[in-house]
Amino acid sequence: MDEIDEIVQEFLVESHENLDQLDRDLVALEREPGSRDLLGSIFRTIHTIKGTSGFLAFGQLESVTHVGENLLARLRDGKMSMSPQTTDVLLAMVDTVRDLLATIEQTGGEGDTDVSVVVGHITAILDGKAPEPVAAPAPEPVAEPVVDLVPEAPVVPALVPVAQAPVAAEPVVEHEDPVHRRTVADSSIRVDVDLLDTLMRLVGELVLTRNQIVRQAGDQQDVDLMRSSQRLNLIASELQEGVMKTRMQPIDNLWSKLPRVVRDLGANCGKQVSLTMVGKETELDRTLLEAVKDPLTHLVRNGVDHGLESPEDRVAAGKPAEGVLTLRAYHQGGQVVVEVSDDGAGIDSEKVAAKAVERGLRTQAQIAQMSPTDVLQLIFVPGFSTAAAVTNVSGRGVGMDVVKTNIEGIGGTIEVESVVGRGTTCRLRIPLTLAIVPALTVECAGDRYAIPQVSLLELVSLDADRAANAVEDINGASVYRLRGTLLPLVRLAEVLGVESDRSDGHVVIAVLQAEGKRFGLVIDRVLSTEEIVVKPLGSQMKAIGTYSGATILGDGRVALILDVQALARRVLNADALELDDTDDHDTRAVTAESLRLLVAGLGGGRKVAIPLSSVTRLENFDQSAVERIGNREVVQYRGGILPVVRLNNYYGAISDREGDELVVVIYTVGDRSVAIAVDEIVDIVDENTEFHAEVTDHGVLGSTLVRDRIVEVLDVRAAILSADPTFYTASDEFDAELQETM
Amino acid sequence: MSTRLVTFTLDGRLFGVEVNAVQEVLRGQPQTRIPLAPDSVSGLINLRGQVLSAVELRARLGLPDRDADHEPMLVVVRVAGETIALLVDSIGAVMDVDDDQFELPPDTLSGPSREFLHGAYKLDSQLLLALDVDRAVAA
Repeated sequence: MDEIDEIVQEFLVESHENLDQLDRDLVALEREPGSRDLLGSIFRTIHTIKGTSGFLAFGQLESVTHVGENLLARLRDGKMSMSPQTTDVLLAMVDTVRDLLATIEQTGGEGDTDVSVVVGHITAILDGKAPEPVAAPAPEPVAEPVVDLVPEAPVVPALVPVAQAPVAAEPVVEHEDPVHRRTVADSSIRVDVDLLDTLMRLVGELVLTRNQIVRQAGDQQDVDLMRSSQRLNLIASELQEGVMKTRMQPIDNLWSKLPRVVRDLGANCGKQVSLTMVGKETELDRTLLEAVKDPLTHLVRNGVDHGLESPEDRVAAGKPAEGVLTLRAYHQGGQVVVEVSDDGAGIDSEKVAAKAVERGLRTQAQIAQMSPTDVLQLIFVPGFSTAAAVTNVSGRGVGMDVVKTNIEGIGGTIEVESVVGRGTTCRLRIPLTLAIVPALTVECAGDRYAIPQVSLLELVSLDADRAANAVEDINGASVYRLRGTLLPLVRLAEVLGVESDRSDGHVVIAVLQAEGKRFGLVIDRVLSTEEIVVKPLGSQMKAIGTYSGATILGDGRVALILDVQALARRVLNADALELDDTDDHDTRAVTAESLRLLVAGLGGGRKVAIPLSSVTRLENFDQSAVERIGNREVVQYRGGILPVVRLNNYYGAISDREGDELVVVIYTVGDRSVAIAVDEIVDIVDENTEFHAEVTDHGVLGSTLVRDRIVEVLDVRAAILSADPTFYTASDEFDAELQETM
Repeated sequence: MSTRLVTFTLDGRLFGVEVNAVQEVLRGQPQTRIPLAPDSVSGLINLRGQVLSAVELRARLGLPDRDADHEPMLVVVRVAGETIALLVDSIGAVMDVDDDQFELPPDTLSGPSREFLHGAYKLDSQLLLALDVDRAVAA
């Protein structure tokens, strides 16, 4: 069957179905000879076969159906009326068609089937001559009379819908496996999707029950039970695989629509595009296939619209005028990978970075610490669009962020790779199926939760001693230094508002990835990995947003599945947003440009880093030099009056410093200055500023590593504003107020 | 005209839901608690492989909590295509009530108990409160 073209195969399946219908119609027609409906139906069927066979260059088939169609057209239009003879020749025609189809199926060609006899009979009737009587009157369209009619046919024709026997008996046609061959029509059936879904659900139940039995059998010493449970285990796995396969469809079902999209789009944009597809046969669960349809189409549109250059630009760049868009699909590690690549201009990560800063999505400081690959992923951030102008092709409100949301919604991931001048590749990783996913089960506060493996990067377990050192605290936000990079930690118990029952100081961290960020989820215990069947949650629970579903564990208890994406959004982005609200890009730009930091000590051993570029001087004042204006503290300095910001007060720390001396950092922006009071000046460093984590808190811009200790980077602007809300607006109010007081 | 109701008790009061909405009645099942869920959703239960939310009707109707040692019964209902388990104190019987015994909730009744009731059937011995299941389990 491999040698038969797919299109031919489809034609065969369709035609077999049509012929069965035709048989019924013809029989019915004999009972009510004048029925226009029936004639019309028969005519259409034959017409379809004729059209397709002409297209596929099956000349014999075409000639038979052609004369048949003529006869039927006359009957339909009332120019001729039905007689037993016409019924006979029509049935004979149907049989001939069936034979031809069988031959095509076996050999891929029409063989030497002679159709001239049937054609002759039909032509005779068309010409108004009575043909020689055909066998005995045939009240029912059974095989015998027809056999007489077409004795040349190499295959014994059968009118019964199942054509297995005659084909199996076929002695002439050679084939590797002639005995057990099934016809195309018999080897595939149409099944209701609901039925498949029910089957899938049942298999899900079976998998759960299997898990329970295997677990219970493991606890007992019964060898026979063990053996049976192992067999059950195997069978259930195979069954699960088999049922999953029934829901699988080749990705080509989706891709087949894309050449047209690309062609039209290319014509619209004035670009020459050739589309190549690799791995058409890669299969995906049908629900997933449906879910990736829009994102994939969008990526393809994007590739043509933004990715590929115009033919002139391409030629100028020394590339062929015709751009190549490549779709590639393959299986990798239990996932399906779908790539959309173009050989266009590529994405310039610097432009992406500039855009992100311009849009206020990231700060200069944050960008400076990102690798070019990470910068590229910013195109998926909501509010980002690389197209300079909104074209009517892309920019229809479905941005890359929606693509990403859709893909993540089905448990997949998306990443983009690009080499400037060489092209761009978007890579989707999609789970094979949604219904059954591998997951890690963990415990928190005595409850069990499941974390889908797709989000899990690694597990870290720290004993009490190591945890005390390795988990550091920045203003209440914990971080763990994972191979030199700061990993923000999220305590599951805190997120869920439950009481952790881990009191021995051990810290178990599940390192998760979501929304392009890594974070560590602190849990009480890791239990095991198992395949879980995802069950939907009731409507009351949808609003919580922390759970993506529930599952039934091996012991029959229900466990909630954590929605890692939602957790990440909830915990990480909230902080980032807070940061955006309180900060100004200028201040952050300073942080990035000046790699030198002034490290100052505060009460309680806390250390903060202040960007050095705006620090003008370090001074010591006597406490008595501090005067009060209203509720503000000021000092006189070089003929001016400086507001004093006591960082200890700002952070709610209590100064450890004794004595009358006040250590201040004079910080200047434009023509205004402020005195920032600290406990002590520790150091000035210009190293390691690339370690910048997303752990943030009130008044903290981020954190950095200084001599292997985590130091918070002071959000200078926010600190100054807390002491002097008018500092940056340069209003004269403050001065006026000063003058009044003096 | 008469209506067939499945009756159950909550804090000494007799309630009823339409028999057609009830899938089955069963004894308490182990529940998995759901952190962050609304108070009235007391947990998830495994009903032969199906995960159901268990709605604590006492909380929903603003009644005091059940004694800790009193095991609740479950009335499994189908509402708007979803299957939900209602936690109740005890199960009564299947009862036919006449429509002319029915009366809308008195105007003086307010709060959740009015919102979630169709009305009351005046039985000889006591009132049978007809629960509006759709509203009682709505999120």
